[in-house]
Amino acid sequence: MKARAFDYMRPKCVQEALEAFVSADGDASYIAGGQSLVPALALRLQAPGLLIDIARLDELRGLSLAGGHLRIGATTRHCEILGSNLVREHAPLLAKAAPFVAHPAIRNKGTFGGSLALADPASEFPAMALALDAIIEIASVEGSRRVGAGDFFIDLYETALQPGEIVTAVYVPLATAKTRTAFDELARRRGDYAIVGAGIDAQMQGGFVERMRIAFLSVGSTPVRVRAVEAALTGRQLTPEAIRQAQDVLGTELDPVGDEHTPPEMRRHLARVLLGRLLGRLEASR
Amino acid sequence: MSGKVAISLAVNGETIEALVAPRTTLADFLRQDIQLTGTHTGCEMGVCGACLVLLDDRPVHACLMFAVQADGCAVETIEGLTHRRAIDDLQKEFHERNALQCGFCTPGMLVSAYGILASGDEPDRDGIRDALSGNYCRCTGYESIVDAIETTARQRRQHMEEEKA
Repeated sequence: MKARAFDYMRPKCVQEALEAFVSADGDASYIAGGQSLVPALALRLQAPGLLIDIARLDELRGLSLAGGHLRIGATTRHCEILGSNLVREHAPLLAKAAPFVAHPAIRNKGTFGGSLALADPASEFPAMALALDAIIEIASVEGSRRVGAGDFFIDLYETALQPGEIVTAVYVPLATAKTRTAFDELARRRGDYAIVGAGIDAQMQGGFVERMRIAFLSVGSTPVRVRAVEAALTGRQLTPEAIRQAQDVLGTELDPVGDEHTPPEMRRHLARVLLGRLLGRLEASR
Repeated sequence: MSGKVAISLAVNGETIEALVAPRTTLADFLRQDIQLTGTHTGCEMGVCGACLVLLDDRPVHACLMFAVQADGCAVETIEGLTHRRAIDDLQKEFHERNALQCGFCTPGMLVSAYGILASGDEPDRDGIRDALSGNYCRCTGYESIVDAIETTARQRRQHMEEEKA
């Protein structure tokens, strides 16, 4: 199918984009990479009267260090995350997750901010934003505000974004010498949506876990932090016994969804397997 | 509402000025407005990879962007890559081992392969398969396609080493 007819505009700044949305009485969509929006338009799941193209706004671009955080401009493309030395050094978990995001051609166009704004629970970056406790910067005609990733993902494709708001940047706390990270996912084919995936961001000292955040993707209507598992591991060494116990805690904490291919029990089992693998190699890798 | 928009873009090195409806995808623009039908439209939702083109020298789905978004950009299609002989060796290797049957996916496969080889690295088979994960072929089973790309990568490396020596 083809998209319904719409008007198109390319504003010169974020403020102009925000005002255009208001002027259209909300019958508008912002487009940046468009890798999820364009199919939705083609399938007529969405049919806005106006497309506001924010892909070229300088304010939304770039990777830089800013006050203890890595600032990721919202329109930073997945391929830029994948190729960035700044990301590898300061947000290694994102560098590890990036090769799993869709296919190369999608990564050449899709944007980091767009992925978070869409909040697909099967996507890698929303879950990693949660694991990294990232801060999401949001602009509206009223001004700018910041929301922690923990408060950003509300339900299926539902975020803290209000109609007309734009994600402008994402701030990720910088990795330290104590940082240890791991990411992996299980999928039927590479590039497919994961049956289950997870990322871990931890601070470790002398073999002991000082702090750990674990976020799963593809297990529910939002990316999911497993706080009971995190608590069970905090202060401990990642011995085989500790890992086994963490897997048991996960089995009771996680309440995964089922679909036509994967019943909830299978997904829970695979999540346990995945957690075991990630914890087993966590200490070895920054 | 929905009037046409003036765009100017380079397609295969030639500047094209056109009026397009905003809802026209780049794939439809290339095929229907300027008759470059080497870019194929299969799923039209970013899954099959038959419509890949180079946008500012990176493979992208021409079905996943509107022509208006390409205003001011450089687009290269399978025709452009062929005419400037950027993929002669790839095409020869595809041809030699019959790395296609119906050929519908081949333009997308070649654009993907161009992207894989453009980095200058020599990818292994897993890397090639990974990079082709967004290209569907329903005829070949992929083996011969991976063979062709792997062989071309090796030949290019050998060629570069010979030039250095």
